[in-house]
Amino acid sequence: MIDVHNLTKRYGEKTAVDDLTFTVRPGVITGFLGPNGSGKSTTMRLILGLDAPSQGSATVTGKAYRDFAAPLHEVGALLEARSVHTGRSAYHHLLALAQTHGIPRSRVTELISMVGLDEVARKRAGQFSLGMGQRLGIAAALLGDPEVLILDEPINGLDPEGIRWIRDLLKTLAAEGRTIFLSSHLMSEMAVTADHLIIIGRGRLIRDVGLAEFVSEWSKNVVHVRSPQATELRDVILGPGVRVASQAPGLLEIEGLTSAQVGDTAARHGLVLHELVAEKVSLEEAFMDLTRDETEFRTSTPATDEADSDRQERIAA
Amino acid sequence: MSTSAPSVPTLPGSLERRVSRPRGRVTQRGVLRSEWTKLYSLRSTRWALLATTVLTIGFGIIACAVVVSRWSTLSPSERATFDPLNHSLLGVRFGVLAIGVLGVLLITGEYATGMIRATMTAVPKRLPVLWGKAAVYAVVALLITLPTAFIAFFAGQAILSGQHIQIAFSHPGVPGAVIGAAGFLTLVGLFAMGLGAILRSTAAGIATFAGVMYVVPPLIGILPSSVANSIDPYLPSNAGQAMMEIGHHANTLSPGAGLAVFAGYVAVVIAAAAVLLVKRDV
Repeated sequence: MIDVHNLTKRYGEKTAVDDLTFTVRPGVITGFLGPNGSGKSTTMRLILGLDAPSQGSATVTGKAYRDFAAPLHEVGALLEARSVHTGRSAYHHLLALAQTHGIPRSRVTELISMVGLDEVARKRAGQFSLGMGQRLGIAAALLGDPEVLILDEPINGLDPEGIRWIRDLLKTLAAEGRTIFLSSHLMSEMAVTADHLIIIGRGRLIRDVGLAEFVSEWSKNVVHVRSPQATELRDVILGPGVRVASQAPGLLEIEGLTSAQVGDTAARHGLVLHELVAEKVSLEEAFMDLTRDETEFRTSTPATDEADSDRQERIAA
Repeated sequence: MSTSAPSVPTLPGSLERRVSRPRGRVTQRGVLRSEWTKLYSLRSTRWALLATTVLTIGFGIIACAVVVSRWSTLSPSERATFDPLNHSLLGVRFGVLAIGVLGVLLITGEYATGMIRATMTAVPKRLPVLWGKAAVYAVVALLITLPTAFIAFFAGQAILSGQHIQIAFSHPGVPGAVIGAAGFLTLVGLFAMGLGAILRSTAAGIATFAGVMYVVPPLIGILPSSVANSIDPYLPSNAGQAMMEIGHHANTLSPGAGLAVFAGYVAVVIAAAAVLLVKRDV
């Protein structure tokens, strides 16, 4: 359980996190969604006690992170910007973290095999690919077998197999009753991973909503019809819960019916259709719509490069 | 990076086999172990410590060899002021650079790579990390520099004996000065570590360290000698170097006073680092 209450963080003039309040519940995967630079990483740093809030509080299972006697057993964290000394091997990185809590070496080697880094465990982390770095970060997060996991962009740099692996892992961990809080700037990824969404933009809360609710709210089906008998068609399909709009003569935009229902009705009445297209508002578009006004770095070209997002978050910080 | 990166091995199919839950807690002892692991597992540590030893012994030997070869050409006054102890420990001034750079790097390396975030999430109280780092580095530095100082002394004296101008280890004040050389190098390491912790940047840390040790002393020389002479002995570098002298000369502190003053500087720097570590965002 993570409780964020009126959390605010200002860096000089700039407000990175603006009066955020939300709760991350155990047993489900909560996605933390927002455009680059919207304050996701900062919020996570505040929860982990790396940065001190300007106002408000963030607690994990009722305690401030700094007050944990054994934080690695309570919270596992993967931070977006790599948190590994490039000159040290994966094994020694994990060992050094484990030793602070008296966690045995056997747990270190166990985790190295668990994330599939056996063959490179003695290599310097600076030689790791982005994906291997993420696996090492995940191993570090799981070191203390924590009840709460905070993962900043965990799928960054993972190959499709790695993405599926972490998704399965998170679902297993959530099913065990753990609290999983992961950030992403990709709605599509959250749609298949998360059960609950917390969406922010410019450090402010935009939505705190269950995934199912969000999906039903945004996946309004619109059916576009082109017909020489548009007026007649309109008359026969209108009914409760059906809305019809027309942008031009011969064109209909129908909400509340599937394309099959429209087609069947037209056939029953012997009406001619020239076009029948079902348009689905994608969640990605819904997310873009929601956060459009909140995107800090507006660009004419799409810029969702990992390094870019990292830099932007740092500039934001 | 992508070309030289080793390939990721295939993943184990299932993650179900989670073993018994380890349950420990953060202790200073654990943090000490952790800091020791961090220290020995970096290649830069081994190189810097080796450089400290080689520079300290090497330059001492060179200084002594030069004096021995030029002895017959030296004037009587030069011969009268010749200090055999000082010459054999001359390399310490160069060892200072290596051990200081390592001191800075031990902290700033964590900031540069982002390791500091992992460190501080594991030890959110933060201070045990600073104490752990300082203690581990002090012990390691002393264990390396103590034999180094002894080797430098005895090697230097062996060369000086070619002209019978050596000083015996049993001479009053010599054992203290040789041990003082190791103590000075160790404190230099801690001083640099403190600067690194305050500045959090490798470039700024090394520049400041080198500035304090090598640039400030000649700058003080520009001042009127009445002023310079009263400030000079209390500069960190000069106070520290007094630890490797026998007794005290004009415008220098006694070895004991030098130790006290330089240890005071180290304490102030580390204390400032501790306050900032707790107060600042990581």
